[in-house]
Amino acid sequence: MVDLNISQNRAQSRQYFGRCNWLVILCWLILFLYLSYVFSLFELTTERFLIGLDNGAKFLGRMIPPNFSRHELLIEGLVESLQIGIIATAAGVLLSLPLGFLAARNLMPIWVTWFARGIIVLCRSFHPVIVAILFVKAVGFGALAGVLALIVASIGFIAKLFAEAVEEISLKQIEAIRSTGASFSNIILIGVLPQVMGRFIGFASYQLDSNLRNSTMVGLVGAGGIGGTLFAAFQRFDYDFVAAILLSIVAVIMVGEGINNVVRRIYR
Amino acid sequence: MSQTSDHQDQVKIQNMNRQLVIKNLRKEYVPGARVLDDLTVTMHAKDITAVIGPSGTGKSTLIRCINRLIDPTSGEIYFDGKDLSKLHGKQLRIARRHIGMVFQEYNLVERLTVMENVLSGRLGYVSAWRAWLRKFSTEDISAAFSLLEQVGMADFASQRADALSGGQRQRVSIARSLMQSPTILLADEPTSSLDPKTSVEILELMVNQAKSREIPVIINIHDVSLAQRFADRILGMSNGKIVFDGAPAELNDEHLKVIYGGESWLT
Repeated sequence: MVDLNISQNRAQSRQYFGRCNWLVILCWLILFLYLSYVFSLFELTTERFLIGLDNGAKFLGRMIPPNFSRHELLIEGLVESLQIGIIATAAGVLLSLPLGFLAARNLMPIWVTWFARGIIVLCRSFHPVIVAILFVKAVGFGALAGVLALIVASIGFIAKLFAEAVEEISLKQIEAIRSTGASFSNIILIGVLPQVMGRFIGFASYQLDSNLRNSTMVGLVGAGGIGGTLFAAFQRFDYDFVAAILLSIVAVIMVGEGINNVVRRIYR
Repeated sequence: MSQTSDHQDQVKIQNMNRQLVIKNLRKEYVPGARVLDDLTVTMHAKDITAVIGPSGTGKSTLIRCINRLIDPTSGEIYFDGKDLSKLHGKQLRIARRHIGMVFQEYNLVERLTVMENVLSGRLGYVSAWRAWLRKFSTEDISAAFSLLEQVGMADFASQRADALSGGQRQRVSIARSLMQSPTILLADEPTSSLDPKTSVEILELMVNQAKSREIPVIINIHDVSLAQRFADRILGMSNGKIVFDGAPAELNDEHLKVIYGGESWLT
């Protein structure tokens, strides 16, 4: 009886996989044909590849040694980028905290969470550079556009993760606080916040890290920071200055990483 | 301001009737399926009442209907001259302030210190601002210290709750419920996660504290012998109804058969 079932199952599963097999092969075949077609469009020849390698070598050669002679311009840009990143993270985190709570389905009525989740999805929809372009058009060139763009990006990221963290809390601890007659705000402060604060600090510090990197990029579209300087240096073929800027950005990100680690260790 | 209202509370507590009257209490999580089936019972003031019965028979639901962590479908619960089942919002929170509760899994806020957990028993009184800054009154803090002393946890005041053992956590949880100056104490399987020795210690602590404060205690408990040892009265529940109501000495195997069903488990 049991054996019969097993052999029946095996026959069924063979049948099932058998039906899938030719479908899978067909998919692979279509993918292969499409890839060959795309490559044929590129006109990738060995000759062109070798010329490209040569150009690359020249470009790298002109980057060395990096030229730090215009360090005033460099530092000015970096400081502005840092300010954009830090202000955007601070404002984004402050806005994300309430929005994340409003989006948590275990604490809020359903219509509130839909509203909050709508805002979060809207913030997540576009890459920070696209948002930066929009803000440059809206408020003009400069750091303000970059700050606003990165605030939007921060809300999209932190509020979403924070809402998920709140949804995963232990309701037993909430139950105990509720049973003392605590008001809703006290339940949030004493029952919910201690459970999610550690993770919230983690998200915020990750976002600071991410914003420091993104703040060097929004400058490409005129939203302030070192990105603008970098773009200009590229345009003028000042590759040694480009190298100096890139190394400085790496240094700043590494310092930020170190600070982050310390903060995370404190709040664990 | 808060001083005088606290004082009035104290006066009120002394004068009030601590009898708990439950009338026709019904709870249906799914319409038609009665977890509590028109349950009627009166818990006398100062009594330790143990509620025994098989899992899923509505013991936890009963206890949570009293402080309204669960809303009953119908019925009345009279305590301190109020029908607890009809309270809403602010009135409900005020009623909960004086109903202490101890849980099976302690339900301490894991990431807060023992002291903060004990002080959270006063959260019905402090404003959000003060709660956030942990600005509890000096009376509250000294009361918390003396309670920690009484439950034997004074040395752990500044430790985080997640560093404690089960028995220690339950002691803190008892201190938290006593911090509410309760007029009634509810306990939902307070010893089910503890070893036999710790279970006895925890029940002794709860019963002694309740006796010295002259407050009634309702304990859901699986261990029948512990129930008989500590309770003044035992209620046996089965299928949402009370099928036994009497003194611990009256409880015999025939009653246990009715409460739990079958007899093969009896030795």
